[in-house]
Amino acid sequence: MNSGRTVAVRLLVFAASLFVASIAIFLVVNALPGDVATAILGFGADPASIADLRARLGLDRPLLVRYFAWAGNMLTGNLGRSYLTSESVTALVAPRIGVTAWLVVISMLIAPLVALPLGMLAAMKRRSWQGATASTVSQIGLSIPAFYAGILLVIVFAVTLRWLPANGYTELVDATGRWRPVSFVQHLVLPVLSLVIVQSSVLTRYVRSAFIEVLSEDYFRTARAVGWTRWRALWRHGVRNAAISVVTVIGLQLATLLVGAIVVEQVFRIPGLGTALLSAVANRDLIVVQGIVMVLVFAVLVINLLTDLSYLLIDPRLRGRDAR
Amino acid sequence: MRRSGLWVGIVLVALVILAALVSLVWTPYDPLQVQPTQILQSAGWRHLLGTDGFGIDILSRLLVGARTTVFVGVVAVSLAALGGVPLGVLAGMRGGWVSEIVLRVSDILYAFPALLLAILLAAAVGASTLTAMVAIGIASIPAFARVARAATLIVMTQDYILAARASGTSRWTISVRHVLPNIAAVLGVQASVSFGIAILAEAALSYLGLATPPPTPTWGRMLHDAQSYIFTSPIQALWPGLAIALSVLGLNLLGDGLRDHLDPRLRETA
Amino acid sequence: MSPLLEVTDLRIAFGRSRREVVHGISFGLEPGERLGLIGESGSGKTVTALAVMGLLAENAYVSGSIRLGGRELVGLRDSELAPLRGDLMSMVFQEPMTALDPTMPVGRQVAEVLLLHQHLGHGVARGRVIEILAEVGLEDPERVADAYPHALSGGQRQRVVVAMALINRPGLVICDEPTTALDVTVQATVLNLLDTALDAVGASCLFISHDLAVVSQLCHRVLVMLDGEIVEQGTMSQVFTAPTHPYTQGLVATARIDAVAPGERLPTVEDFYARQAGR
Repeated sequence: MNSGRTVAVRLLVFAASLFVASIAIFLVVNALPGDVATAILGFGADPASIADLRARLGLDRPLLVRYFAWAGNMLTGNLGRSYLTSESVTALVAPRIGVTAWLVVISMLIAPLVALPLGMLAAMKRRSWQGATASTVSQIGLSIPAFYAGILLVIVFAVTLRWLPANGYTELVDATGRWRPVSFVQHLVLPVLSLVIVQSSVLTRYVRSAFIEVLSEDYFRTARAVGWTRWRALWRHGVRNAAISVVTVIGLQLATLLVGAIVVEQVFRIPGLGTALLSAVANRDLIVVQGIVMVLVFAVLVINLLTDLSYLLIDPRLRGRDAR
Repeated sequence: MRRSGLWVGIVLVALVILAALVSLVWTPYDPLQVQPTQILQSAGWRHLLGTDGFGIDILSRLLVGARTTVFVGVVAVSLAALGGVPLGVLAGMRGGWVSEIVLRVSDILYAFPALLLAILLAAAVGASTLTAMVAIGIASIPAFARVARAATLIVMTQDYILAARASGTSRWTISVRHVLPNIAAVLGVQASVSFGIAILAEAALSYLGLATPPPTPTWGRMLHDAQSYIFTSPIQALWPGLAIALSVLGLNLLGDGLRDHLDPRLRETA
Repeated sequence: MSPLLEVTDLRIAFGRSRREVVHGISFGLEPGERLGLIGESGSGKTVTALAVMGLLAENAYVSGSIRLGGRELVGLRDSELAPLRGDLMSMVFQEPMTALDPTMPVGRQVAEVLLLHQHLGHGVARGRVIEILAEVGLEDPERVADAYPHALSGGQRQRVVVAMALINRPGLVICDEPTTALDVTVQATVLNLLDTALDAVGASCLFISHDLAVVSQLCHRVLVMLDGEIVEQGTMSQVFTAPTHPYTQGLVATARIDAVAPGERLPTVEDFYARQAGR
């Protein structure tokens, strides 16, 4: 089956991309001028202690050795030890992955739910004011930085209306084992909304143009000719055909979404990967920085792989190469 | 209705550039001088947009902030174009494995959004305007490479290219004389889009403290400072964010308008 | 017998400038009758058909009267017209290659037409679908029903489209150049199919074409449209033997090239009807 071959190729490309990305990350962090040990100890420190620290952190080994040590360890799930606290980077990162994941996944699920009807409206009514309004709204939405949207939302909902907290995070199940769904949701509403505002605006534009294309297709006309009203014909036959371009965009947008999440975490002081990354940067704890960036890039590449593979499911034309 | 979008875009972009240029010679007040007696004044005749937590006139800081925005945007986009366009044109003209490599590499680069690259760079060598510009520039290379490649592919099918090659014109001459002028319009649209993305990235980096360090005013930094006063003087946060949003909106409208303007013509050539 | 379709003073205009494309045409169609509508591109024939079906774009302005089975169609909203489409009247379009949704199996698309207008169980529906696919001459209808459009040839796809148009036994079937995009060898078989299928269902047919020869094989009467107006109406034999309008005379002459003596120049429409400048 030819789809088997396609899958194998994609997996190979994924692995290669991961490899190249890891090299790039390692080189940027370690091959550029600027000594970590000096940065940690301060410029006034004596050369002996600096050399000592370098030896302890394994920074005196050749670059190639250090890379393979790092990469090799990663394959077993070991991301190294923090330069500052010596605690395992993996232990530091693991609980935070969940937090960031909640933020990203919920936003990724809600954004298409908003974009689909909005995009449909923008396409169907593109010659009248409803469509123009929908288009304008999405145009504005994607010009706003996510963190600005967050701040505005805080001003409206936390400062003025006092309906929601201005920052912070509650685990769904807290340390004592109690379920805290209300607090969990309360703290996530505004951060998620900030991301959704931007994401759904981007998606709406693609949904709109995908549906406009469907509107001009012959099979849409056939659907109307057999008795579907405009809206229902667009829904039944348009969604699947538009899904292909929408899935593409979601995949492309994931990297942007992750990065948006990093900043939004700062705005709302959410203890996720983003805040950990930024404090590691501030502390020049480079091994932690390497680890977290690697995790983020890994996540992006995996999602890209999954979206690529999902095309095979959505578009039957791609499946059987023999039926041309 | 479509045309109005383009004009709004042009006006907004012009405003930002104007603000940046004007700030070079004049601002209503000194954007760096702390005025302890003027803290958190609300908008009025003396200070059109009020003053911030240091007593500095917000409008003045906004005007100077425009400088960084425009500067970073221009440098980053230029970097991206200088890196991406030659690669894209090469891939489009040569095809085969060259094209494959360019595509694959740009795919990998896509996994590194500008912010992530900037954070990495800042971690390695310390944050500055330079790291921000370089990171954003490098992260925007794939977009330019792809657009350049796609446009080049279309151009290569044109008869005048075949004629040039048949008459023995060198590849280099063809690319400079024939390909570049014809893809310039599409690249212009991409430049507009990338500029908008660059502004958003720079704003985020400034907000996080990973770009131009204080006391130089940047819009992102102003937003960060305003957050401390969010309960006492929330309106402060409004202005720098609005400046960012309007700049990006202007660039997006400009890009869209240009694309719409070109579209019917693109179809004729393809 | 009251006419099935009665069109009176139909005017169709487009856009804000209200550019009129059809200038007040009138014609009727009896139950079971086949009416050909001949004209070149731009004559307004397709637009007329779309107006009857209610499928014109939203910037189209329709005035006059279109009565189907006595019911007035002009002025109805999309939600009121939709139930009639595919049930009381249906349409077969010109381009079979793009007429079907590429992401859905063909059988499902045919079943949709059935289930839109009738309450049937899925098992019964599938039975009906296989039945009609066989009726339109598709071999191995079970396999075809499960196939995706890209696996079928143009001729096969057009048969599927005909099946979709006939499955609810409509009173009126409009065909807009259904064979023009097909290979010449396939054209004849599809025309035969339409002939038998229309008889079996007892449906009237409005058959649109630019080709008088094709129309003459299938239809009893014919209308000739030119620049948005009907310039000639009559039975096939009337129009062929004694065309009154010069344009029709030109059409007949060009359709009858077997009547040209060898060595003589072939006739063109311009020989009979001079076009106005700028058209």
